[in-house]
Amino acid sequence: MSTTVWIILAGALMTYLTRVGGHLVLSRFDRVHPRVEAGLNAVPAAVLTTLVAPAAISGGPAEIISLVAAAVVALVWGGMMPMFLTGAAVLIALRHFIG
Amino acid sequence: MAAQSTLSEFLSGARSGVPVMLAIVPFGLLFGALAVDNGFTIAEAMLMSAAVYGGASQMVGIELFGQEVAPWLIVLSIFAVNFRHVLYSAAFGPVIRNWPTLQKAIAFFFLSDPQFAEAERRRDGGGRISFAWYLGMAAFWWVAWVAETGIGAYFGGLIADSHALGIDFLLPIYFLGLVMSFRKRPLWLPVILVSAVASIIAYKIVGSPWHVSIGAVAGVLLAAAMPPRIQQSVERNA
Repeated sequence: MSTTVWIILAGALMTYLTRVGGHLVLSRFDRVHPRVEAGLNAVPAAVLTTLVAPAAISGGPAEIISLVAAAVVALVWGGMMPMFLTGAAVLIALRHFIG
Repeated sequence: MAAQSTLSEFLSGARSGVPVMLAIVPFGLLFGALAVDNGFTIAEAMLMSAAVYGGASQMVGIELFGQEVAPWLIVLSIFAVNFRHVLYSAAFGPVIRNWPTLQKAIAFFFLSDPQFAEAERRRDGGGRISFAWYLGMAAFWWVAWVAETGIGAYFGGLIADSHALGIDFLLPIYFLGLVMSFRKRPLWLPVILVSAVASIIAYKIVGSPWHVSIGAVAGVLLAAAMPPRIQQSVERNA
């Protein structure tokens, strides 16, 4: 097999290890400490924030305003689709007008 | 469970996956186009989407491949970008503790950012996570992701001006939406503030992709360090 295929398969194996690893480590313990549980409960918001924050501060006005608009729509209406479409529309419009 | 309700659960999972599927289309196409641009064949691009099944890590991997970085370093970078999944895995394992081992093994393969987020969102809304529902969503996304990669690779320059269409910034908007959907959880605001600040500092000092794991760990540690009494007084949104 080519080097490319080996890179892909090794990358896939490493990725699977990250997806199964947290569970394999944690399942060795019978009871989950309340603090661990509280920490795990915070995982989704904590991880996803790190995918947004650096992108937000690296962005210009168009990017930041579109995020703010999307956040406001999420707070007022809830649901994924309205906020996503609003964010995308504001972004495209602002990039069109201010570049 | 009757075959009827298993099928309806499967279809319900796929239906719940429609918004994300639409949001992901540009990235699947983009990855395919970038992969070929960086020296992958169409088949290799599709193999990577099928086997790794993690958009951000694939983008990083293909970028490094194009720069002719050493293979072990590419693999290590894919691991680093995907390291956050360890946290998903630890959080999601207890949710599916009663599933048979094979179903668990399959479920963990598909445990991507949106898969974990949608499952958690369903739980917050009082929904049950069945294997059929989970697989309905996962299979739909996986097939779409691999197909989009192939189409993007085939048509290479299909996306003429990705900046004007905002394509490069759709993922942050989407991730922000997921962050907002968890706002009823205990300590939500302190956690996201700490994670945001920590990830920005790490981004400037250590660099990408480590800012993801560093920022996430900071927020999680904050939540774990807060007095349990405060956490109990805030009922989890059910």
